[in-house]
Amino acid sequence: MSVLNPAPLAVVEEGIPNASTRRRRPRRVQGSRPGWFVYTSLVIVLGAAIFPFYWSFLIGSGDASTIRDPNMSWLPGGNFLENAASVINDPAVNFWRALWNSVYSSALIAASVVFFSTLAGWAFAKLRFRGSKWLLVFVVATMAVPTQLGVVPLYILFSDLGWTGNIGAIIIPALTSAFGVFWMTQYLQQAVPDELIEAARVDGASSFRTFLTVGLPAARPAAAMLGLFTFVSAWNNFFWPFIVLDRNDPTLPVALSLLQSNYFVDYSIVLAGVLLSTIPLLILFVFAGKQLVSGIMAGAVKG
Amino acid sequence: MTTTATNATAPPSSPSRPDPARPDRPRREPRRIAFGHRLSRWDLKLSPYLYVSPFFILFIVVGLFPIAYTAVISFMDWDLVRNSGEFIGFEQYVYVLTQPKFWIALRNTFSIFLLSSVPQLILAIFIAAMLDQNIRAKTFWRMGVLLPYVMAPVAVALIFSNMFGDKYGLVNTTLADLGIPPIMWHSDAFASHVAIATMVNFRWTGYNTLILLAAMQAIPRDYYEAAAIDGASKLRQFFAITVPSLRPTLIFVIITSTIGGLQIFDEPRMYDQYGTGGADSQWLTITLYLYDIGWGQWNFGRAAALAWILFLIILAIGIINLLVTQRVVRDEGARGSLGRREQRAAARAARRDLRRATSSGTLADAPAPTTDTPEAAR
Repeated sequence: MSVLNPAPLAVVEEGIPNASTRRRRPRRVQGSRPGWFVYTSLVIVLGAAIFPFYWSFLIGSGDASTIRDPNMSWLPGGNFLENAASVINDPAVNFWRALWNSVYSSALIAASVVFFSTLAGWAFAKLRFRGSKWLLVFVVATMAVPTQLGVVPLYILFSDLGWTGNIGAIIIPALTSAFGVFWMTQYLQQAVPDELIEAARVDGASSFRTFLTVGLPAARPAAAMLGLFTFVSAWNNFFWPFIVLDRNDPTLPVALSLLQSNYFVDYSIVLAGVLLSTIPLLILFVFAGKQLVSGIMAGAVKG
Repeated sequence: MTTTATNATAPPSSPSRPDPARPDRPRREPRRIAFGHRLSRWDLKLSPYLYVSPFFILFIVVGLFPIAYTAVISFMDWDLVRNSGEFIGFEQYVYVLTQPKFWIALRNTFSIFLLSSVPQLILAIFIAAMLDQNIRAKTFWRMGVLLPYVMAPVAVALIFSNMFGDKYGLVNTTLADLGIPPIMWHSDAFASHVAIATMVNFRWTGYNTLILLAAMQAIPRDYYEAAAIDGASKLRQFFAITVPSLRPTLIFVIITSTIGGLQIFDEPRMYDQYGTGGADSQWLTITLYLYDIGWGQWNFGRAAALAWILFLIILAIGIINLLVTQRVVRDEGARGSLGRREQRAAARAARRDLRRATSSGTLADAPAPTTDTPEAAR
């Protein structure tokens, strides 16, 4: 993946005759820094990415009249904490409960998906067993099945079990993921040389021990990314939690949806709530986003 | 017992020597090791199945079973109180398909999907091409582009439905400043589709950008160098090298965004405070309609029928998806998914180069980077 850095010069030498005479030109193409056009476009894109966050802070820190003010200031007002407090204290929204539910369910889902996907990915990538190819095709095929298709019976199932309204109803169906299995399979295939597994086996390690000592450490960069992506999508999931969860025991997106039906007039409170619910993920992104990129790079460099 | 006896006569260091009492049979190995061997054989044979079983067990319970059960329910008049149903054949399907609302929802879904995926992909390719340059602070820009992805669709919808407010929204205020009459984002069907598509684009453009960027990074740089030597402009290089090499990735992105787009729920649900898809169903989507039938009207039979209709629509596209993914899966043992994409992109470009080279008569060393070995793609 980090194709940019080491390879090109060497390839130039093989690919083009008289590489020594021609080398200067490609190198200049390679080394040239892009001009203002590229940076201007990127600044605009970044601005578009950040603006809605700023907008929600702008409205969220004003009061109910801010949005109607034709000469609205582009500087935030001083009411954010007040608005945030009215979101938190709103008895209909149950904010702390929602925050706890979101943290707890997303973390559990992410941990479980990472573990089971790594385990299954390890088997598909590095162990020989009958039918593995077809099972893997099956896993990939399940990714195309829409969530809506199972929603009605799943709801009936969970209400039979008496689990509707329970946070478990959103955790259990999400404990494994087809995408995760596929992702780890792809990664482990190239990340672990077979010799390493043979060596472990010669040393007398059991299959599971081999997985723990060889597979898991090698899987770390991809597992970190998978965990992050799973966490984000579990955190943001709305359709199923909205159907199955109790209004008094929601996750954050469900709580947000209640906020709008509750205070549909006062957007300053709604958008303060939006920002409040996004802050945990923003913090996670600031810390883990970097690791995500470096994880991609580390995975590509060595075997 | 026999084992201990033979142990006494034959030293354990020569396990392959035949048993003197029964020369026709190879000597049995000491029991403890044999058991260990058998255990490890079983371990080797069984453990792969054990490792993949959690996925399959859970999928059968929360995936496969509900799908089949949805089919059963869709043929029934489901009674919520008794929690069972009465078989009525295709009536629910007929009912759903004869509802004008269904067709409006189908139209809206496709309209929103097109408005979101087409500009989004064009934009994503463009931004990826910018990021593919030799820019400073790569990680910073990549993270910045991905930032909207962490925001929940519900949150995005709340922000944008505010910005697209009919009376006081930011967009209409800005339009008024420019002397343009306000657009009725919440009452006009097409305008509401544009607004909802904007939410989708905001959240997903960066994500698709990074996928396309990964594919772009895999295009061997010497193609660009060769093109530059031939005097091709940056723009020409982009359309002659970058875009064709991205084709497999584009197919992948298109298919995934189709499947996602046809299921859109969060954004239209949160577009106004009632969540019914507008007074005249202007932005009612199929999934929103499904929710309304199932949990608004509490008619599970009809909801199940609608779910199956939606599935069949998606299946048409899903078959294409399967063909593509099967191709991705088949050539095993090489590299990761990106690697494979890289390889195919490189192979395609190499083939094109070869064709070009042979047709122009000068069989230069263009086919040099043919990617039989994965190393060549790096």
